[in-house]
Amino acid sequence: MKVLVTVKEVAEVADDFEIAGTEVDERYLEYDLNEWDDYAVEEAVQLKEDGPADEVVTVTIGPERADETIRMALAKGADRAVRVWDDALEDVDLLDVETKTNMLAAVVEEEDPDLVLSGVQAGDDAFGATGVSLADHLGFQWGAVVNALDYDHEAGVAHVHRELEGGVEELTDIELPAVLTIQTGINEPRYASLRGIRQAQSKEIAPKTLNDVGLDADAVESDLTLTSMYEPESESDAELFEGDAGETAGRLAEVLREKGVAE
Amino acid sequence: MSDVLAVAEHRRGDLRDVSYELVTAGRELADATGGDLHVAVISGDTEKFADELNREGVDFIHTVSEGEEFNHDVYAQAVEALHAELDPEVLVMANSVNGLDFAPAVANRLDLSLATDAVGFEYDDGLEVTREMYGSKVETTVEVGGDRTAVTIRGVEWPAADGVGDAEVAEFDVDIDTDAGSTVTGFEEVGGGDVDISEADFIVSIGRGIEEEENLDLIRDLVEATDATLSSSRPIVDNGWLPKNRQVGQSGKVVTPDVYLAIGISGAVQHVAGMKGSDTIIAVNTDPNAPIFDIADYGVVGDLFEVVPELIEEFE
Repeated sequence: MKVLVTVKEVAEVADDFEIAGTEVDERYLEYDLNEWDDYAVEEAVQLKEDGPADEVVTVTIGPERADETIRMALAKGADRAVRVWDDALEDVDLLDVETKTNMLAAVVEEEDPDLVLSGVQAGDDAFGATGVSLADHLGFQWGAVVNALDYDHEAGVAHVHRELEGGVEELTDIELPAVLTIQTGINEPRYASLRGIRQAQSKEIAPKTLNDVGLDADAVESDLTLTSMYEPESESDAELFEGDAGETAGRLAEVLREKGVAE
Repeated sequence: MSDVLAVAEHRRGDLRDVSYELVTAGRELADATGGDLHVAVISGDTEKFADELNREGVDFIHTVSEGEEFNHDVYAQAVEALHAELDPEVLVMANSVNGLDFAPAVANRLDLSLATDAVGFEYDDGLEVTREMYGSKVETTVEVGGDRTAVTIRGVEWPAADGVGDAEVAEFDVDIDTDAGSTVTGFEEVGGGDVDISEADFIVSIGRGIEEEENLDLIRDLVEATDATLSSSRPIVDNGWLPKNRQVGQSGKVVTPDVYLAIGISGAVQHVAGMKGSDTIIAVNTDPNAPIFDIADYGVVGDLFEVVPELIEEFE
């Protein structure tokens, strides 16, 4: 079977940063593989190593800059990559779920995978919705927030655990083709080996425009418009202890003794 | 139409708290749009749930009796049909694990604009939601275009609705294909084992700031010196450094000790959901803007690798 993994390059914001307009100033951003997608890639690569998957393809919505992040996924064991981008997207500051769905669906239809793995959410805009939306758009089954996956190749069924709130997991059987959104902790993502990094250099990253995947500019008109961005006001009324480590530890110890929890 | 439809959430026989928060949020929206508030409750003991949901501000309650527990195929089809019947301007659902298992599908099939994880609303000519980005580092306002919208709300951001309403309750008849391809087969409790951290009086909790697994020994020394109970935020358990029964937060345990000492924990909303009921919260973190300081009573902005060894010394 063929497994497609959605891979997003996300911006991480430094502890101290400035906002310019409706964006965090570029100087304070670092780009990395989305944490949840790292687990999704690992799950896909394990499916290949364990037998059921023949090929693992990643798909990314992002500009050329994202190739560096995509190479990380390839170095971890994905076979090849597709990256969709278009000049029409340069000025959109918040891609909505529908836009991402349209773009990813176009690639899924071309690639025709049996299983699509996607991170539960992205660390930057955190909509947490694209995977399920994509499934419904494609007429695939789906499961959100999956933290255990046992694939029955014969039956074409994924036995999954969905991580509900409060330490309860839901056990669900999902018929393929399906999109599963993968929760952190489902596996231990590997570090890319030197060999993997070397091999990744020669793996294909196919850049595609909207036109290439059969979409026109209307398909990427976002319903959402970012109108402001600001730092949330601190509601802190904590008493902060100052001084060197010895002094602050002394004050902390006082509090613990006062509250009667440590002697 | 300018009505609002809220979809309640329940699990294993009980409405979840967010259902009452959805009533409040839904009422807020309905007041802004000038429409009625409809609440849908799907599966399980819908009669009992409808009774409990009949709180101030609810105009109509629609029950769909199909199955016992949440199943996304049932929810998506039921909400799709109700939406077609009521044509609400705004559809509001929980930004919960189950909410995110059906809301995006409903938005897709009904072609609704979707904004998830809202923490606030503004309504002028159209809907504008407040939501966070970059792990709570910034807040944004987002204009939600289109004339039919769907929103999921974060738990605990709206107060629970109370009082007794005089909503009209009616069963909504809908043909549901129960053979759509997903079957819930059961539930499993996780996080049992050697210790129940929810019983502890004094908890030392560790987060990402510990950096490496080996460094946990430092925290274990502190735990031993102070006779505390050790817990952690999610990444530590995800990494396999501590077992699941030590995890505090939305998907782990809820704890309410006398003192909760959070070390190297930034205080993401999912973590805070599990410990904000602690009597006294103390935070040690290098980032003065970390949200953990918003709920802390005492804090040290500093390096745990400097502060913790000194703290151990205090108790040895």
